[in-house]
Amino acid sequence: MRSFSYERAQTPEQAAATVAGKPGAKFLAGGTNLLDLMKLEIESPTHLVDVQDLDLDRIEETDDGGVRIGALVSNTALAAHRKIRTDYGVLTRAIVAGASGQLRNKATTAGNLLQRTRCPYFYDSNMACNKRKPGSGCAAIAGFSRQLGVIGTSDSCIATYPGDMAVALRVLDATIETVTPDGAKRSIAIADFHRLPGSSPERDNVLEHGELITHVTLPKPIEGRHFYYKIRDRASYAFALVSAAGIIAPNGATRVAFGGVAPKPWRVEAAEEAISKDRKAATAQIFSGARPTEENAFKISLADRALAAVIAEARS
Amino acid sequence: MADNVKTGPSRRTVIAAGAVSAAATSIPAYAKPAQLPGKPPMRVPVSLEVNGQAKKLELDTRTTLLDALREHLKLTGTKKGCDHGQCGACTVLVNGERINSCLSLAVQHQGDKVTTIEGLGTPDKLHAMQSAFIKHDGYQCGYCTPGQICSAVAVLDEIRAGIPSHVQLDVSEPPPLSNMEFRERMSGNICRCGAYSNIAAAMADVAGGGA
Ligand SMILES: Cc1cc2nc3c(=O)[nH]c(=O)nc-3n(C[C@H](O)[C@H](O)[C@H](O)COP(=O)(O)OP(=O)(O)OC[C@H]3O[C@@H](n4cnc5c(N)ncnc54)[C@H](O)[C@@H]3O)c2cc1C
Ligand code: SF4
Repeated sequence: MRSFSYERAQTPEQAAATVAGKPGAKFLAGGTNLLDLMKLEIESPTHLVDVQDLDLDRIEETDDGGVRIGALVSNTALAAHRKIRTDYGVLTRAIVAGASGQLRNKATTAGNLLQRTRCPYFYDSNMACNKRKPGSGCAAIAGFSRQLGVIGTSDSCIATYPGDMAVALRVLDATIETVTPDGAKRSIAIADFHRLPGSSPERDNVLEHGELITHVTLPKPIEGRHFYYKIRDRASYAFALVSAAGIIAPNGATRVAFGGVAPKPWRVEAAEEAISKDRKAATAQIFSGARPTEENAFKISLADRALAAVIAEARS
Repeated sequence: MADNVKTGPSRRTVIAAGAVSAAATSIPAYAKPAQLPGKPPMRVPVSLEVNGQAKKLELDTRTTLLDALREHLKLTGTKKGCDHGQCGACTVLVNGERINSCLSLAVQHQGDKVTTIEGLGTPDKLHAMQSAFIKHDGYQCGYCTPGQICSAVAVLDEIRAGIPSHVQLDVSEPPPLSNMEFRERMSGNICRCGAYSNIAAAMADVAGGGA
């Protein structure tokens, strides 16, 4: 690990200004992703601004019946919150399907959203990787790609966004609230938050350097049964091959976002109306334009079956 | 030392020379520690309360909580397995909650209360979970055991506090103290010997008030 200086920020505005003022600076929240990457020198910040003392660790109800989640709320606290588990079950389910009890105690809401890909070539610094080292190439495209993305990918990068929580936030229409380095506030819809790689896969999301996430806001609860169906190589403590976050209303109206298939939680609202009538056609629409590799083409039929399983469970 | 260099230094000589002074010009280039780009190491004071005792340390910012415990406080009960949060051998309790001490910097824990396996119980006065692991043979080689025990203690607290899990049918209900719950919640602790079913039995024993 490279050497770095360390400080604790006292206000969100100060944290943002400090990181923005130093090219090598980064925020540190739980540290469960950043430190892992620093040990491998995939990330080498020269200055860490620890945000743990900021007053961003509460979950509050909003005036319009939704909730506002502080960026520092731990994954455990968010999953266990009474209103989240009763009214936003898909979010609790997605969080507890991810990582381990130990990690969820330390992981924060903002840090979870910003976790980096688990592409094995991104993690192996001997390999070419445009996300890790722009312009170096992509070893995954001709390599072992079973875990990697099938849609939204590009000729520069076929990695997936690996997290679970964000997939639930996508069906819940969450908004990410930030403080920009000049102290202004910005709201970003979850749909626009994570980027497709295009020719610049090194940028995972639309945040600028020094922009601090302060909250994640959820609109009022969406009626219906909430599901998070995660398919992985072992029953617990593994990243998704494919996951489906679904909400099925009493009249059958369905919302679904998929994880493990794309560089961002994958949802196509325009296809959702068709789900209750012709699921297969709807999934074909959701995955139209997919460019799977030979090794990961199975993810498209797996996604359709995950959705079928959710629908079957909703009927039971 | 110059003689040594001519005939090729022994590993011991090079290490000793390196330790004495970087000004020793006779050390061959390959023996010099690589000068990495970036900042020189930064040291910071860190105060922790470990197993009930106040500890004051002066640490490189890069020191993880795990290395602070093992290398600086000589509490070697907590184990380093993968050092990447994947195995759970480094699990300790911080302010009563379990975390992976390998994925946390010591400086993130100013003033925190840390409990390691050494603080849960002692050989003469074992914690109930330690006794239950012995009774139920909850280990073979023992390397993952300190992490397993710290995790198991926290899992029972988490279930009692109503923290939901992946195996619950209805996450809005309080979770039960069941075998399935123990197995799911302990998945962050890998055991290469495969003592899992005995670990779950030990947990059931403690949960039921026995052991
Ligand atoms: C073994 C293992 C298994 C895992 N399995 C899963 C899994 O199955 N599913 C899953 O979803 N996740 C999984 N994870 C990932 C885990 O969820 C993340 O590591 C965690 O959520 C990151 O949160 P953190 O607070 O520790 O982030 P940090 O590591 O502190 O930060 C991550 C990034 O976010 C930035 N950041 C942090 N806070 C802010 C802020 N407020 N504003 C702007 N930037 C910020 C940091 O600069 C850094 O770049 C796993 C991790 C490990 C190690
Ligand atoms: S898929 Fe993306 S992350 Fe993986 S090697 Fe290619 S460029 Fe890197």
